[in-house]
Amino acid sequence: FRIMAGKVKWVTDIEKSVLINNFEKRGWIQVAENEDWNFYWMSVQTIRNVFSVETGYRLSDDQIVNHFPNHYELTRKDLMVKNIKRYRKELEKEGSPLAEKDENGKYIYLDFVPVTFMLPADYNLFVEEFRKNPSSTWIMKPCGKAQGKGIFLINKLSQIKKWSRDSKTSSFVSQSSKEAYVISLYINNPLLIGGKKFDLRLYVLVSTYRPLRCYMYKLGFCRFCTVKYTPSTSELDNMFVHLTNVAIQKHGDDYNHIHGGKWTVSNLRLYLESTRGKEVTNKLFDEIHWIIVQSLKAVAPVMNNDKHCFECYGYDIIIDDKLKPWLIEVNASPSLTSSTANDRILKYNLINDTLNIAVPNGEIPDCKWNKSPPKEVLGNYEVLYDEEIAQSDGPDRDLRSRSGQSTGVKGNRARDSGKPVLTTWK
Amino acid sequence: MLDPESGLSLTIARIVQRLKGSRLHSPLGHAYGLFAIGVDKPNIKALLTCSGKVSLHKPEIKLESLKEDIKDFLKASGWEKKLQNAVYSELNVFPSPCHPAAPPEHMKEPLAYMRKAQGSWEKRILKSLNSMCTELSIPLAQKRPVSEQKELLNKWNEMGTDEPDLSLFRPVYAPKDFLEVLMNLRNPNYENGEHASFRNHLGLIQVPLKVKDIPELKEDFSELGLNIGQLGIDDSAQVPPEFFENEHVRVGQKVLAEQDSAAAQQYVRQGCPTALRADLWALILNISNQPEDILYYEQLKSNVIQHDLLVDSLIYKDVKLTASNDDYYFVFEDYLYQVLLCFSRDTSVLEHFTYSSATPPKSYIRGKLGMEEYAVFYPPNGVIPFHGFSMYVAPLCFLYHEPSKLYQIFREMYVRFFFRLHSISSHPSGIVSLCLLFETLLQTHLPQLFYHLREIGAQPLRISFKWMVRAFSGYLATDQLLLLWDRILGYNSLEILAVLAAAVFAFRAVNLMEVTSLAAAEAVLADLSTLKVMPLLQIFLFATVT
Repeated sequence: FRIMAGKVKWVTDIEKSVLINNFEKRGWIQVAENEDWNFYWMSVQTIRNVFSVETGYRLSDDQIVNHFPNHYELTRKDLMVKNIKRYRKELEKEGSPLAEKDENGKYIYLDFVPVTFMLPADYNLFVEEFRKNPSSTWIMKPCGKAQGKGIFLINKLSQIKKWSRDSKTSSFVSQSSKEAYVISLYINNPLLIGGKKFDLRLYVLVSTYRPLRCYMYKLGFCRFCTVKYTPSTSELDNMFVHLTNVAIQKHGDDYNHIHGGKWTVSNLRLYLESTRGKEVTNKLFDEIHWIIVQSLKAVAPVMNNDKHCFECYGYDIIIDDKLKPWLIEVNASPSLTSSTANDRILKYNLINDTLNIAVPNGEIPDCKWNKSPPKEVLGNYEVLYDEEIAQSDGPDRDLRSRSGQSTGVKGNRARDSGKPVLTTWK
Repeated sequence: MLDPESGLSLTIARIVQRLKGSRLHSPLGHAYGLFAIGVDKPNIKALLTCSGKVSLHKPEIKLESLKEDIKDFLKASGWEKKLQNAVYSELNVFPSPCHPAAPPEHMKEPLAYMRKAQGSWEKRILKSLNSMCTELSIPLAQKRPVSEQKELLNKWNEMGTDEPDLSLFRPVYAPKDFLEVLMNLRNPNYENGEHASFRNHLGLIQVPLKVKDIPELKEDFSELGLNIGQLGIDDSAQVPPEFFENEHVRVGQKVLAEQDSAAAQQYVRQGCPTALRADLWALILNISNQPEDILYYEQLKSNVIQHDLLVDSLIYKDVKLTASNDDYYFVFEDYLYQVLLCFSRDTSVLEHFTYSSATPPKSYIRGKLGMEEYAVFYPPNGVIPFHGFSMYVAPLCFLYHEPSKLYQIFREMYVRFFFRLHSISSHPSGIVSLCLLFETLLQTHLPQLFYHLREIGAQPLRISFKWMVRAFSGYLATDQLLLLWDRILGYNSLEILAVLAAAVFAFRAVNLMEVTSLAAAEAVLADLSTLKVMPLLQIFLFATVT
């Protein structure tokens, strides 16, 4: 027997106004971490502790948290790649048409992550690949860091000698100081607008992994580099040219505090439709939805689908000049700092809509609920993929028109199955 | 009054004269051009034989079937369409010829007091420019040293990263300065009467120009009516595309396939599908981006590299103050420099002064003041930019990413439309008429609001003026702005700007009735970025009780 009339008690270790204002406007009550709480917006460090084997924390039915226990399967750069590779191999083994390859051995539908290797583990494999294209540029990213920290570009093997397993220095250096990095083929032909490079930040809310139910926030944005893009090797060290993280761009000379170098996704769509045409633009956005759903499907089997959890991810995507989207990484704790007034409004609404879905009616939650919110509460979210609905309808329904499905921001046609129009089931 | 026939002949003669200088120069072309606008056989024969252009010696050419043969040839080769488009373009841009005895100033501006006012205004601007020049000891123009030329060439695609010291430069004028001038315009032949009453006009503009009322506007803008499908209304997410959108797109593709300017102009009155807009506008403006056009642009670019103009700094400053801070347009900053710096040096723009009330400012080589042989137009295109000028170009960057095409589209938009927004004339699309139209619409249909705002010292035109001068660029969301500019092109008129301004006031009337100061009124109307223009226009024109 539970008291229904009580107010939701909340805790957070992230002191951001966009969060706190949302809790307060619902009339929720702030409590401390060691008290009885219903809703805890945690940092990733805290979630590690909550679910770690040693502490043996047991969450009760009226408690929910904003991370899945092993979210790092998706949000750590090396594990994400590992899971996607594994997923592709499995599909290939079962003979699924999704795993079809082209004449060059590249996956037709599942090639959405740039070629990536773990260092130091895959060093030799990397060298083999590097030698196939000696003029290519690669990007080194530390597995455990965020905000563009520790990232650098290389175009010569000598620049990463440290990670070589045969390196003569390795016997003098302890294993732990050789931090794990991923090295990915750098996309040196990004789509440029106004001559500038940009990436896309999209927010995706997952309420359950099995069955997979995820929502995409319609109001994503593009982050532009303040300096003109040049693939020239002399600018490899200039992080303002290559990295779009706002944390880095903010310190550039040309950073503007009014627009923050950000564009809405609807601006992007208008620009692409006007200059490239509607079909290719629709195809691009369909592919973006597709790769997000595939990435979630890839980690779903290994995710701890704890019923107390939901998660709002920040997806980083780069579009190349052939209008192909590439998944760069997924963030478990997308920044809630606001760099401009528009930003603050966007993030406030993002949290608001997230809470409306995760905590129905703003009341004390019951984690045994079916996690199927009514359409009216979605706000700026759209259903990206709902496994239950997708499976119950069968594979040969018409994917193009679904009555009752909102198309939301003009042209953003997220489909329930997330399959691009051009894929056909064989 | 000029009779229709002689008017037509004058028009034909002028068009033929202009086409002679173009790449469509061809005797057969002339013939067809004349057919296209309905000149009959005897006149054409006379014109052709007079001009001695047609050689009748070839045996295949039979005089009896000449007309049919010409027609067939032109149709088959596609030249017919090109000619039609060129003729149509000329008809759109140039005003109808007036009485043969009228002096050329009348084509610029028929009313003497307007000409005078424009002349004084120009003197003021030029004085301001010259004094800035003297104060800062910067010449109006100078040749760049070779090292600087090289540097600029390298940086051509990223001039936005340049940080010249612009703190001492001020825009030559801002829209509100211009408004003050317009407010003081008076027709010396017109007696305004002692007291302002509801019989007189209560607004800021006090000249008696004829402006349309709502019944006339309804007729002119009939395609915006409630029964007719519109993009911007009938393509919203809730409306199934089968109702209107799909068919409209299909028709648009057909218009493009036919390459027919006149049809395109009619078509865009209902709005352009985003994917077709760039091509449709180019078709209407008759821009085809031929190799010679690209070459011309490259020539302008090299002019920029070689010479530095004072107005360049004004352009930089304007872009930095406006477009660089705009949520939609900051991305295209570098394109704006590439277009505007070239625009300043483009002497072909001088042509538009034959039908503009403005006259390009003249400057004299140092030390030769007053000597006509040493006079040059300054800047070379005769257009001195003002605060916000770069916003005319910015929206076009969403449509054209190839610099020379972007340039040509902008130039054509300027010489057809934008120049009227900052020169004093009696033209129905001129800014004076637009202001008067706006004020009249408001006073007639929202008298209570108008009176209230006037009483609290918030004359509506003070707020809406800047919207109209910029054709709403920077105030509306880009997709809405493009829908608005579709209609400017479709109706070949800027009057829609005044109608939209009035419609915005009508939309926010309830809030405006509650304010008690100009500042508060400005605040109510500060953010137009959420407005949907087509519903506003439709409601104001067709669904308001008059």
